[in-house]
Amino acid sequence: MILLSPVMMILRVLSQTVVLALAQIYNNKIRTMLTTLGIVVAVGSIILIMGSLSGMQRGVLSEFEQFGAKRVFMDGTLPPSWRGKLNWREVQLQQEEVDAIREHVTSLDKLCAMYFGAYDIQYEEIILESVRTTGIEPSWHDIENREIMEGRRFSSIDIEQASNVCVINEKAIEELNLPKDAVGEFILLSGRRFIIVGIVETIERSAMFGGGDTQTEMYIPISTAMNLNPDGWINYAQGEMKNPDDADNVVAEISFVLRKMRGIEPDQDDTFDVQVMQNIIDDFNKIAFVMTLITGLVVLVSLIVGGIGIMNIMLVSVSERTREIGLRKAMGAHPIVILMQFLVEAVVLCLAGAAVGIAVGQLCLMGVRNMPIEMLKDAAAPFWAIALSAGLSAAAGIGFGMFPAIRASLLNPIDALRHE
Amino acid sequence: MTISIRNLEKVYKLGTEKGKALEVRALDGVTLDIEQNEYVAIMGTSGSGKSTLMNILGCLDKPTGGQYSLSGIPVHKMSSAALARVRNEQIGFVFQSFELLAKQTALKNVTLPMVYSRTNWIGARKRAKVALERVGLGERLTHRPNQLSGGQRQRVAVARALVNNPSILLADEPTGNLDSTTTEEIIALFQELHDAGQTIVIVTHEEEVAGQAKRIVRLRDGKVMSDFPTEEDPIHQEFLRAKAATAMRLAEEVAT
Repeated sequence: MILLSPVMMILRVLSQTVVLALAQIYNNKIRTMLTTLGIVVAVGSIILIMGSLSGMQRGVLSEFEQFGAKRVFMDGTLPPSWRGKLNWREVQLQQEEVDAIREHVTSLDKLCAMYFGAYDIQYEEIILESVRTTGIEPSWHDIENREIMEGRRFSSIDIEQASNVCVINEKAIEELNLPKDAVGEFILLSGRRFIIVGIVETIERSAMFGGGDTQTEMYIPISTAMNLNPDGWINYAQGEMKNPDDADNVVAEISFVLRKMRGIEPDQDDTFDVQVMQNIIDDFNKIAFVMTLITGLVVLVSLIVGGIGIMNIMLVSVSERTREIGLRKAMGAHPIVILMQFLVEAVVLCLAGAAVGIAVGQLCLMGVRNMPIEMLKDAAAPFWAIALSAGLSAAAGIGFGMFPAIRASLLNPIDALRHE
Repeated sequence: MTISIRNLEKVYKLGTEKGKALEVRALDGVTLDIEQNEYVAIMGTSGSGKSTLMNILGCLDKPTGGQYSLSGIPVHKMSSAALARVRNEQIGFVFQSFELLAKQTALKNVTLPMVYSRTNWIGARKRAKVALERVGLGERLTHRPNQLSGGQRQRVAVARALVNNPSILLADEPTGNLDSTTTEEIIALFQELHDAGQTIVIVTHEEEVAGQAKRIVRLRDGKVMSDFPTEEDPIHQEFLRAKAATAMRLAEEVAT
């Protein structure tokens, strides 16, 4: 008896209408192609844009991740409300402030003050001018994840005594024509003798984070850097938190310490900035989401335009086949069955367009992947974009096929049969 | 009683003119009973209401007044959706212009009514084959309508009309598009079906075709003008006499 049940009836009619719709499409190949072009373009662009966007997002996020999600940055800033009362020099971070943060902010695992300078460096006959020289603390190696390949890190004695020691990279060895085993060699930095105590490994980084061509790098203890420059402030401090989920707490604790030390009143703005990698990632994700949304809207509009094309051709189809509709009704087709026939035809049309569109989009993505753009290297349409575009196309088919289908289902069988 | 109609009315409202409603009474109180296994011809000039009556008999149209019951079911009260089912299960249609799906084979065309059937879709192909064999087209199953002659097309249509075992077979000018040879072919087929017990109602304006039926109902101005068994129908008898006289005269002319 299950074979006679209404559910079975619907399934049976559905499968038959799909066959009918496919035959209809097969019989009107050129018309179908032209009609579904709108859908093809819309779906193709969904796949292409979403694929590129999500590829880019993945690329950028993996850069961020490599950079470290636990990272915290802090530096002095001068908000508008403080202008006139303080100048930009007075808001820069001090070594004491960094030390206080290290002592009091327990959710921070590591912290390292940084100072950037540029000095002339000489080894024997070779002089390099204005080499970027960074004052660091030993924790820098752990935060940056750059180990010493030969020799040693700076020790706490180096920091305490502000020793004239330095760590360099291989590029610097090459540039200065140092012997392969450069540890123990002396160089002149701003006219002072520094002994090379270690060679730091070089990490390939994308252009986004100041990578690209490896540069000559020179590191000295932060205290030594302080002695070399008369300003007395550091550029910024970077740290690593114990747990990336602690981001908000870390920011609050650092702010608390700094506000207290700087005597900032509750109603006054911070004269410093604390940034957490997670916030930057969140910001980026927000931007990516908005971009997705905007392109999504544009694509939706093109899908609507494509859908109107479908509606148009379905109206033509209904009027062309008025006699056939009349006949089917005379043979006992329920109005809903007729409605379904045309609705299914519209949906099949749209889905056929979507299938072609997905194929076209994937082909375009293949082209995008082969473009010499690092960030688009793993552009690929996410599954949800494919499912979404197929779903939206089907929805467009139902939405725009409904009117012609209702028209067909409401046709009076006698009038339809008499239609010329 | 297969068909029972009482005071059937069909009024078309054409709007109003000078405050008076303009209307056409296409059927104006038709009362008619058709028993099982009858073979009835409905005749009338154009505008007599025979097509309207045919549409209502076929449940393609609803009357504006009166009662119509088909195999005991009062169909005049039914919704158009419910009528679809009645058409599918109780009525077989044969149209003047065949109304076959041009791109489908004979077999597919005959299968069509079973597509919309609640029960007969099981084994539909086999039933369609049997129906086509019954009308003598067992060898033409995979032909498309454009590969068949007019008479063969109408046979496919008859097979399609019969495939759901309807209570009545309704034929609207079934020979209107056929030449005299194929007309005879179709008339013979109808006779065969009648002999096998099929109730047939045929609308025609050709006396020759009507003469094959066992009963002739004549309509004029939406009313039943006459309703006689064929051998008692005065107009038809007159027609037969005239035909015989013509044949006689022709024979004499040939002889002399």
